[in-house]
Amino acid sequence: MLTAILLGFLFAVFLIFAGKFFKGKFSVLASLIPLGLFIYFCRFIPEIGSGRVIRETYEWVPSFGVDLSFTLDGLSLLFSLMITGIGFLVFAYTSSYLKGHEYLDRFYGYLAAFMGAMLGLVLSDNMISLFTFWELTSISSFFLIGFNNTSEASRKSALTALGITGIGGLFLLLAALVLGNIAGTYSIAEMLSMKDAIAGHEYYLLAVIFIFIAAFTKSAQFPFHFWLPGAMKAPTPVSTYLHSATMVKAGIYLLMRMTPVLGGEEIWNTTLIIVGAVTMVYSAVHTLFRTDLKGILAYSTISALGILVFLIGMGTKDTFLAAAVFIIVHALYKATLFLVTGIIDHETGTRDATALSGLRKVLMPVAIAGFLAAISSAGIPPSIGFLGKELTYEGTLHSEVFNIILVVAIVLTKILLLYAGFVAGISPFKGKLPERFQKIHMPSVAMWLPPLLLATLGMALGIFPALVQDNIIKPVVTALGENSEEIHLALWHGFNTVFILSLVTIVVGTVMYFVIKPSEKLENFIAKFHAASPKTILEGFNRLFVTFSAYWTKIFQNGYLRNYVSTIIVFLVVLVGYTMIGNTTLDLDYASLSNLSVYEIVATVILILGVFYTVFTGSRLAAVAAMGVVGLAICLIFVFYSAPDLAMTQFSIDTLTVILFVLVLYKLPRYLKLSDYKMRIKDGIISCAFGVIIAILALEVLSEPVHNEIGDFYAKNAYIMAHGKNVVNVILVDFRGADTMIEISVLAIAAIGVFGLLKLRLKSSDRIK
Amino acid sequence: MKTLILRTASNYLLPVLLLFSIFILLRGHYLPGGGFVGGLIAAIAFVLHSFANGLKNTKDLLKIHPGFLMPAGLAVSFLSGMSPVLFADMPFMTGLWMHGHVPVLGSIGSALFFDVGVYLVVVGVTLTIIFTITESA
Repeated sequence: MLTAILLGFLFAVFLIFAGKFFKGKFSVLASLIPLGLFIYFCRFIPEIGSGRVIRETYEWVPSFGVDLSFTLDGLSLLFSLMITGIGFLVFAYTSSYLKGHEYLDRFYGYLAAFMGAMLGLVLSDNMISLFTFWELTSISSFFLIGFNNTSEASRKSALTALGITGIGGLFLLLAALVLGNIAGTYSIAEMLSMKDAIAGHEYYLLAVIFIFIAAFTKSAQFPFHFWLPGAMKAPTPVSTYLHSATMVKAGIYLLMRMTPVLGGEEIWNTTLIIVGAVTMVYSAVHTLFRTDLKGILAYSTISALGILVFLIGMGTKDTFLAAAVFIIVHALYKATLFLVTGIIDHETGTRDATALSGLRKVLMPVAIAGFLAAISSAGIPPSIGFLGKELTYEGTLHSEVFNIILVVAIVLTKILLLYAGFVAGISPFKGKLPERFQKIHMPSVAMWLPPLLLATLGMALGIFPALVQDNIIKPVVTALGENSEEIHLALWHGFNTVFILSLVTIVVGTVMYFVIKPSEKLENFIAKFHAASPKTILEGFNRLFVTFSAYWTKIFQNGYLRNYVSTIIVFLVVLVGYTMIGNTTLDLDYASLSNLSVYEIVATVILILGVFYTVFTGSRLAAVAAMGVVGLAICLIFVFYSAPDLAMTQFSIDTLTVILFVLVLYKLPRYLKLSDYKMRIKDGIISCAFGVIIAILALEVLSEPVHNEIGDFYAKNAYIMAHGKNVVNVILVDFRGADTMIEISVLAIAAIGVFGLLKLRLKSSDRIK
Repeated sequence: MKTLILRTASNYLLPVLLLFSIFILLRGHYLPGGGFVGGLIAAIAFVLHSFANGLKNTKDLLKIHPGFLMPAGLAVSFLSGMSPVLFADMPFMTGLWMHGHVPVLGSIGSALFFDVGVYLVVVGVTLTIIFTITESA
């Protein structure tokens, strides 16, 4: 399974070198990757259908309990098939949709990386690796939304999406850490057995809240939904793949995955029902006020995601079954509608629902696909959509809490979604063909076949639900922790309340479709509420944050070295001084100190003289030389206290520092008193305070009981384990070698920085203003 | 500072100082010294040479830009740390030692190569910084 996940990433890397090949007429070959993976996952269907769960584990960071462990159960399989199956069609579609695009190879790279990340997400059993893949999907989505990087609106939408889903990702990490702490493992499979312990834990609520934020941001639930309509700036294949069929369902996946671990509690169910219901109604209503086909589809997608959250929230076997079926239904019809919209956009150059009509005369197969998808979206038999709707109604009717309100909400949503589906799938094709669209010709097979295939599949599954019933749907319900033995899918459930509700939905929705037409007027109406929308409020927060950080930067990053140094020192003095108040014993055992020798006195006197000379001299060269003297005096003291390594290094460093100073001396302005009397006094006080603090600290260390374990360990083992007699050096190159490795990397970075700053003389026109 | 005495002396001092820096590098395992100090001494040797003969001459003498020593040194250090992972299936930075005793050097192990890497990086960093500043001054 690891290979399957990595394949997407490997292909993305491969494209860096072989991009030219896939840019030309062979671009359709790229779709072989998802096709191969789709076949690979299909091979597991019988095995998973028989109730088995496949697990694979690779060690990653075993010391932190982080493994690359993968689980393939019903839930993962359903998502994997969607990711690779729709992925295949989208890859093929793209080869024609973006034919000849300058960056087609790049696009495939992002798309393949996304596919890998998404597969990793749905197969991961370990919370930490789940989080890693989760973030990777956000990042690849960022690149895909901003693919038209010359458009400012695209870039802004990409940033908004990354911001919202990225914050959600961080909350997923928090959730993983909290759960890992409670359960003592990051493996979701192991958490299953600890359900009661987790539910009873004091941090249970915290974990649930974090999971919710992660899932709601990713799956565009109210009030985080607004990034999804913005993400429609992406090319249509991206909207199809990421923003309707797969990525946005990651949040749904997470909720389903965590249901057996965290679910069943009141807080879990009630929150999900409320958030899901609000989202589905709110955005279903919004579809009425859009004229852009993709805008309509975006809001109906949010609404569908709301329905899924709502179904998961009710938490019964019926609703889980409904959710499982509805995921398939939605993926099939929504992907079709997006692909159809993409074709319309590609051929006519507009997505305005008010301008499009009569296209069936020129785009017949596309019209069929759109019609079938609209049927499925509306839940009209014999589509699988009908099945999904029946199950949804049935689950909702059996709900134990706020029964009537929920039924009204779900019926209202379904009516509005039916309207949205008709507007997107049927409207553009019916009526008279306008003059300007007469010359439109059919797109290539790679474009019109994928939506037709998906739409037909939606019909076929409705007529023969047994195709998916045993091998796909049942294992999903099992994975959610329910007994799936008695599930039986059928189109005809008998003449009951559910059927009446269905009938009402279809009739009212169809009437609405004929009465209300998308128009500019409606769109302008909703724009009035813009100021109160969650989007505006969150953007306000964003601006506040930017202003604050600009202010913060102005204070602390003002570009004056002297201010940086004094800020650091004042901070240290305050911090250490505060800690030392009350903790200082000032209890010094003078007898334990060694006697002063003449050499030490001489070196110290030289040092003090050097310091005073540096501070009070009128010549810069003299100050530099005096600094050198201070350094050398310190070297001498190191030598007296038998630290020859330190002394040698300090000596070399001091020599080089003096050389450096001499080199830049000519460049500096004449030695002027840059600071006035008051500033010098302030600096003096800061320096003295720092000196006093350090002196007290050094004396305090002496009065602490001596712990020599670490020193003894190094001294004892330097020769035995590391074959060296110079303990200092052995620590540097062996015991703490990784630290040294990082330190020399830092040195190299600093040198590159100096080189870059001094060599790169930007022309004034190139400077960032 | 182009005095004849310094110029003549620096021509002889350069090889001696470089030899000394290598000596300091190699003896680091048993006595005070090591890659860091050794690298600094080597850098000082080149700086002294450039003071006496001009930067251009020193650069000609070096043939390559000292900046190239940084990635080279980092690579040597990293590879020496990776060698136990690659050859002996042990964790990163485990010390590997050759059997037997080599005159002057003592026992040879991966730590020595690590120190050589540190030496190269330090020479590269110091010379890059000082040369760059000299050129722009």
